[in-house]
Amino acid sequence: MSFELETAAHPEQLKRVAIDPLSRVEGHGKVTLLLDEDGHVQQVRLHIVEFRGFEKFIQGRPYWEVPVMVQRLCGICPVSHHLAAAKAMDMIVGGRLTPTAEKIRRLMHHGQILQSHALHFFHLASPDLLFGFDSEVARRNVVALAAEHPEIARKGVLLRKYGQEVIRVTAGKRVHGTGAIPGGVNKSLTAEERSYLQEDVYRVIAWSREAVEIARRLHESNRALYDGFGRFASSMLSIVAPDGSLDLYDGHLRARDADGQILVDRGDCSRYWELIFEEVKPWSYMKFPFLRALGPEAGWYKVGPLARVQNCDRINTPLAAAARRDFLEASGGRPVHSPLAYHWTRMIEMLFAAETIKDLLHDDDLLGGELVALGERSERGVGIIEAPRGTLIHHYRVDEHDQITRANLIVSTTHNNQAMNEAIRQVARTYLDGRRITEPLLNHIEVAIRAFDPCLSCATHALGQMPLAVELVDAAGTVVDRRLRGDAAPPC
Amino acid sequence: MKPSRKLRVATTSLAGCFGCHMSFLDIDERLFALLDRIEFDRSPLTDIKHCGACDVGFIEGGICNAENVHVLREFRSHCKILVAVGACAINGGLPAQRNHLDLGACLQEVYETELGLASGGIPNDPELPLPLDKVHPLHEVVKIDYFLPGCPPSADAIWKFLSDLLAGRTPQLGHGLIQYD
Repeated sequence: MSFELETAAHPEQLKRVAIDPLSRVEGHGKVTLLLDEDGHVQQVRLHIVEFRGFEKFIQGRPYWEVPVMVQRLCGICPVSHHLAAAKAMDMIVGGRLTPTAEKIRRLMHHGQILQSHALHFFHLASPDLLFGFDSEVARRNVVALAAEHPEIARKGVLLRKYGQEVIRVTAGKRVHGTGAIPGGVNKSLTAEERSYLQEDVYRVIAWSREAVEIARRLHESNRALYDGFGRFASSMLSIVAPDGSLDLYDGHLRARDADGQILVDRGDCSRYWELIFEEVKPWSYMKFPFLRALGPEAGWYKVGPLARVQNCDRINTPLAAAARRDFLEASGGRPVHSPLAYHWTRMIEMLFAAETIKDLLHDDDLLGGELVALGERSERGVGIIEAPRGTLIHHYRVDEHDQITRANLIVSTTHNNQAMNEAIRQVARTYLDGRRITEPLLNHIEVAIRAFDPCLSCATHALGQMPLAVELVDAAGTVVDRRLRGDAAPPC
Repeated sequence: MKPSRKLRVATTSLAGCFGCHMSFLDIDERLFALLDRIEFDRSPLTDIKHCGACDVGFIEGGICNAENVHVLREFRSHCKILVAVGACAINGGLPAQRNHLDLGACLQEVYETELGLASGGIPNDPELPLPLDKVHPLHEVVKIDYFLPGCPPSADAIWKFLSDLLAGRTPQLGHGLIQYD
C-alpha cells in the first residue's frame, strides 16, 4: 500500500487544506491535504520546507571544529550531533577511547536522551494524550498541563532539568557544549560534580517509572485507539550492542522486517552505505531512505524508540527491562507498529537512560584518567549513534591538511520520513475522508506526526550529496529498469 | 503587587535550531511562576498558528527563505516589542556560513546528477518556500527593539530580560549575562 495518497492524479481540480506551521514539534514543517468536491482525500504530504546546507559549508573547515559546529543543527539534541561527529573524528585520528572518555560521553548521551524524551512527552505531546486529540486549541499546551496536572508538569520539568544538568556537567553548558573532542573528551568529573548528580538520580528514576506508568495506562485505557491510530506496518532499524541488548551510544546495525524477523544483523556502521540508500522527491527537502536489499517500494522503515525497544533482544537495566517485558506482553509478542506506541517505548527508554546514568555515576573512571587517545590517521570517519529520535549517521572525509572535503549526514527524522507520511495518510483516510474538515480533525494529523517526535531542524541540513534514482518507464507506465546513482559506493 | 493583565508573548524559530527555545525552558521551575504573569500566543509550545496582538515577540534564527520573511513581518506587525534572540537572529549565525557559496550551484550539485543521467531533481514544488540566496539577520528586514546575544543566550539572561520587562524596567543584562559563543 506504500505511496498511496502521495500524489493525486489531477491536483489542479482539488481543494487544498494546509496545516502550517506544524506545532508542538521541533523545526519547520507543514502538511498539505488535497480533497475532491465530496471531501474525499486524494493527496496527503508532509513537507520539510527549509534547508540549511551544513554538509556543504563545513567543507574546508578543520576536522576538530566539526563536533562543535554540527551540533548547531539542533538545539534539542545537540549532544547527539556533537557525539556522532566526535565518533567519526575518533576514526579520523585513529583513537580508541579510554574508559574515562567513553564513560563521560555515555553519561552525556544518556543525559541527552533523558531531557529530550521528557521534553517531548511532557511539554509537547502530553496535552493531546491527557486532554484528548480534539480538545480546544487553548488547552492543548504545557500551560494547561501545568494548570490541570501540576504534579505531572512539575515532574516533567524537573526530569528535563536533570538531563540538562548531566549535559552541563559533562559538556560545559546545557545547549551547545564542548565536551567531546576527536579521540576523547576535554574534561572528567570532579568529586563534587559527581555527588551533585548523584543526589537526585534516585528521584529521577522514580519519576521515570511513574512516566512509564502514565504512558502504559493511557495506552491500556483505550487500546482500540492506541493500537489502531495511524497504524502501518514497516521494517525497523537501529543499532544494538554486540550482545543484542539496547545500546544508544554504540553497536552494530540491525534491521527487522514488519513481522519481526531479522533482515540485517551485525551490520558494520562504517559501511552503512551498503545497507541504506536514499531517494529525493520534488515536494520535500527531506530525503527518503530505504534498505537497499528491499528497494524503495518495500525497503522504507522506522527508527526511534518503538523500533529500538523491539529491535534489541533485551535491556540490561532491571527496571527498564521489566517495563519492556510489560510492553511486549501487552501485544502478545507480536511486533507493534502503532505510532502512538512510540510514547510508551519513549518512556521506557527514559527510564533506561535514568538507570544508566545512575550506574555510570558509581564508576570511578568518571573522575579522571587519560582523556584522549590518538593513533593512526584515516581519511574517512563514520559515527553512528542512537539519538533520541533514532539512528543518526555522520560521515566525513578529511584531507592531509586536516580539512573536511566531503560530508554526509543522515539524521533520525529523515529515516522516519516515509513512516510519518504513511501514518498521516492512514489518519486522513480514517478520520478526515468525506467529512467536513475542522481544526480538531486536523490536530489528529499532527498527533500522528508528534508520535514520532520529529526534529525538523535536523532534517533541514541537506545540501550534501544527494543520490538519485533513475527509472526507465515504458509507454504503459511500467518500470522497465531502475538505476541508482552511486550504487554500493560510499557517498563520501 | 496588584495583579495586572498577563503579558502576551509570541515566540518562533526561523532559520534557527530551537536551541534558544531550549534555553528559555532551561529556566526550569521558574517557568511555573512565569506562567502566572505571561500567556502564550503563537509559539512552538502552543497550537496557535498565527501571531495575534502581543506585547512581546521573541524570535530565534535568521532569515533563509521567503516564508521566514513573511513570519517575521507578521510578528513585527503584531508585537509591541520584538526581540532578536541568539546568534542566528542577530547576525545569521552558523547557517549564514552558506553565504559564501552560490546557492544555484549548490542546488545543482546536490539535486542534479553529475553523470547527466537524470533530468534533474531540485525540489521545486510550489509548497516549498523559495530559499534566499543569503541568510540575513532579522534587523535587515524589520526594526528590532532588543537583542539577546549568545548561542544560545543563557536561561538566566532570558529570565533577567523577562523579569525586567514584567517589572516595567528597561531590560538590561549586565555583566556575566552577555555572552558571544
